[in-house]
Amino acid sequence: MASETLEVKEIHSTHPEALHDSHEHHGHDSHDDEFELPEVNFIRKYIFSTDHKVIAKQFLITGILMAVVGILLSVLFRIQLAWPEHNMSYLRPLLGNWISDTGQMDPEFYLAMVTMHGTIMVFFVLTAGLSGTFSNFLIPLQLGARDMASGFINMLSYWFFFLSTVIMFASLFISTGPASGGWVIYPPLSALPQAMSGSGLGMTMWLTSMALFIVSSLLGALNYIATVLNMRTKGMSMTRMPLTMWAFFLTAVIGTLSFPVLFSAALLLIFDRSFGTSFYLSDIYIAGKALENSGGSPILFQHLFWFLGHPEVYIVLLPALGMTSEIISTNSRKPIFGYRAMVGSLLGIAFLSFIVWAHHMFVTGMNPFLGTVFMLLTLIIAVPSAVKTFNYLATLWMGNIRFTNAMLFSIGLVSLFITGGVTGIFLGNAALDIPLHDTYFVTAHFHLVMGSASAFGFFAGVYHWFPKMFGRMMNERLGYIHFWMTFAAVYCVFFPMHFMGMAGVPRRYYAASTFDFTQGFTDMNAFITISAMLGFLGQLIFLYNFFYNIFKGKKAPQNPWNSNTLEWTTPVNAGHGNWAGEIPAVYRWPYDYSKPGVNNDYLPQHIPDAAISKWDANPETASLLYDEQGNEIKDTPAAHH
Amino acid sequence: MSGSLITGIQDHAWAGGKEPMKASYGKLMMWFFLVSDAFTFSGLLIVYGALRFSNPYWPDPDRVFNAFPGMGHADLPLMFVSLMTFILIMSSVTMVLAVEAGSRMDRSAVEKWLLWTILGGAIFLGCQAWEWTHLIEDGTTIFGNLWGPAAEDGSRTPGPVNFGQLFFFITGFHGTHVLSGVVLNILIYNRVKNGEMDRTGHYEMVEKVGLYWHFVDLVWVFVFTFFYLV
Repeated sequence: MASETLEVKEIHSTHPEALHDSHEHHGHDSHDDEFELPEVNFIRKYIFSTDHKVIAKQFLITGILMAVVGILLSVLFRIQLAWPEHNMSYLRPLLGNWISDTGQMDPEFYLAMVTMHGTIMVFFVLTAGLSGTFSNFLIPLQLGARDMASGFINMLSYWFFFLSTVIMFASLFISTGPASGGWVIYPPLSALPQAMSGSGLGMTMWLTSMALFIVSSLLGALNYIATVLNMRTKGMSMTRMPLTMWAFFLTAVIGTLSFPVLFSAALLLIFDRSFGTSFYLSDIYIAGKALENSGGSPILFQHLFWFLGHPEVYIVLLPALGMTSEIISTNSRKPIFGYRAMVGSLLGIAFLSFIVWAHHMFVTGMNPFLGTVFMLLTLIIAVPSAVKTFNYLATLWMGNIRFTNAMLFSIGLVSLFITGGVTGIFLGNAALDIPLHDTYFVTAHFHLVMGSASAFGFFAGVYHWFPKMFGRMMNERLGYIHFWMTFAAVYCVFFPMHFMGMAGVPRRYYAASTFDFTQGFTDMNAFITISAMLGFLGQLIFLYNFFYNIFKGKKAPQNPWNSNTLEWTTPVNAGHGNWAGEIPAVYRWPYDYSKPGVNNDYLPQHIPDAAISKWDANPETASLLYDEQGNEIKDTPAAHH
Repeated sequence: MSGSLITGIQDHAWAGGKEPMKASYGKLMMWFFLVSDAFTFSGLLIVYGALRFSNPYWPDPDRVFNAFPGMGHADLPLMFVSLMTFILIMSSVTMVLAVEAGSRMDRSAVEKWLLWTILGGAIFLGCQAWEWTHLIEDGTTIFGNLWGPAAEDGSRTPGPVNFGQLFFFITGFHGTHVLSGVVLNILIYNRVKNGEMDRTGHYEMVEKVGLYWHFVDLVWVFVFTFFYLV
């Protein structure tokens, strides 16, 4: 607990450029963020902060709040699905007039809840909340940089996201209801305000919010890429980066290349909605009257949307996979199996993610030959995915496993990744996708492989890096309860859906009681809903564990998991600038666990070969740096000026 | 695996502790922004291609774009847009000269060439405004146009509405980029004039807006090709 004395003083009135002192020349650094940091008051420190660690926590807490909204919406529409005809008047205090006088849920509001659940979970929780949090937090810390390339642009990234969140959240409360056309907002439904009430103001707010979200994501991604390429500390070659870094880096690249296409799609849709163009509209009759629009194509929107939409799956998943690699290796006390193969498979997934989008469109009437091409490319993704799975299992094999909360969630991720991935092979086949399309089989598939797996990655990340974020520990026992409730709930909710899908039950239907062929699943629907509610209760335990321990948790040691990466060499409560003294140089890769000849079962990246025995005798001194000859570097705080 | 198992500090460009391509992070961010923006434009141009080729008839650009200010009804196909394009490309040349002068730390030359660049951009925008006005007065809007195949008596018929919609949307989106480029150039011109670059000892800011400016010109080459030439 020597850490208390190591607390870094907040750096006052320094040029942010001075933070990047590991760089040899600043002569021609940019000065687009050239501003003097004034006295760091509360507002500059916690609200309009340029410190990547604070921005990460802002993303995290906003993401968690949005997750509460998103999951609550799912519980509400699950109630409708389980007991469609029962009197829901008790929900009137929450949903107001969306519950009719006879206690029935408004069908359009049901669609709105499904839409908003999807939008919030995919973009606001699993994109911004996951990648925004951990890319921001870990990139400078694990690479040995004092901050992101541009702290100012990083701050803008959060505030664009915040604005986008406010608009999306506010759209839940307008009288015509939020966007209701599904999170994929296909035209013509979304393009014609007269088509349904949710296509009015709610859709406009959705598009505005998403435009801001894209700006935020772009600003964030530019920073992540520039930081990874340019700001690594001495010795941190690309192949010595922790796999988290590779994952965040490639996620940022994918985002930079795919979100702009959604941006053009959204702009064209805004014009169709508000200015009367017909990019996506042609030959449409509403209430027996033909619309003026001609020449456009709704399928065109699907192509543009899925050119983002499919890479988006990997934007969500890659950060979770990267963190899992790190956590599994650390807690198996073994080197990650096949580092190069892990990097290669990330690269392969990132590349393939751009050329498979049309497998979402097999039933749009596309040329079967084209469908076959996309089918082949889609199935190839199974190869890098299998490489990752195999490497996780091989890392765990014969490991000295420590079942920390983070480790459980990481192993849970591997399990979900396999279960959900296998059904991806089914759906990637055009011949099987045609009957299974738009059924609960699809819902089950992507909730397991993308939704739940990424959420497990998110939890793993929070449990693992909580001590670094807040300087305190979470309660492990509550973490176990949270894990087992979540793990059981996820399988109980999504596994039965496969059977419903194979029987042809379509997704997005308001009630399964309407048709003969769906009525057989009434009991199963009730079972799923009860499981979902129990899962929701499990998340309340997490919320308590998280927020309570920010303030009251046990004080964290400097390196609680005996991990090798650089973030654990910073003081427990590191200030802006991360390291009190010099930035550590890096002498080895991050996975030297249980190295023969070393007594401790880990060997941090910043220990040179010549200093191994010195460090080995006294591993608690995580802040102590050695030069290449193995001599201690005498360091005074703030020596980096 | 060898690369990751070598211990100690290595000394190649990507070993960390230095900027691998000697490009500052600011320039990298500009480059990646441009890549991203290129994807936005590609999306729009792909929409253009898809809609153009799914329409059974598409107007002949030689007929549509044949006016020139002050020349009345003379048939001058593509003359005006060629002039616009020439001006925009010349403004890229003056931008190159501004960046070159910056590398010599020659402030007055940077100011001179930046001003020419700003002027070129402004003239381009003026030309675009004239062209839009002319087309709109002639009945080409996002709601319809008269560029359909000529009737037997030679009178004009309605053409595909997508033609005007795509033209105004995409040239408008490009024009917005030019406008923001001009604004950026003016901001940087002011900073140069105030001697800021002399104080920081380099003209990298001019280089970065230069990258943006060349990108906007490059995009115009594609827009020009797809809307006017083919």
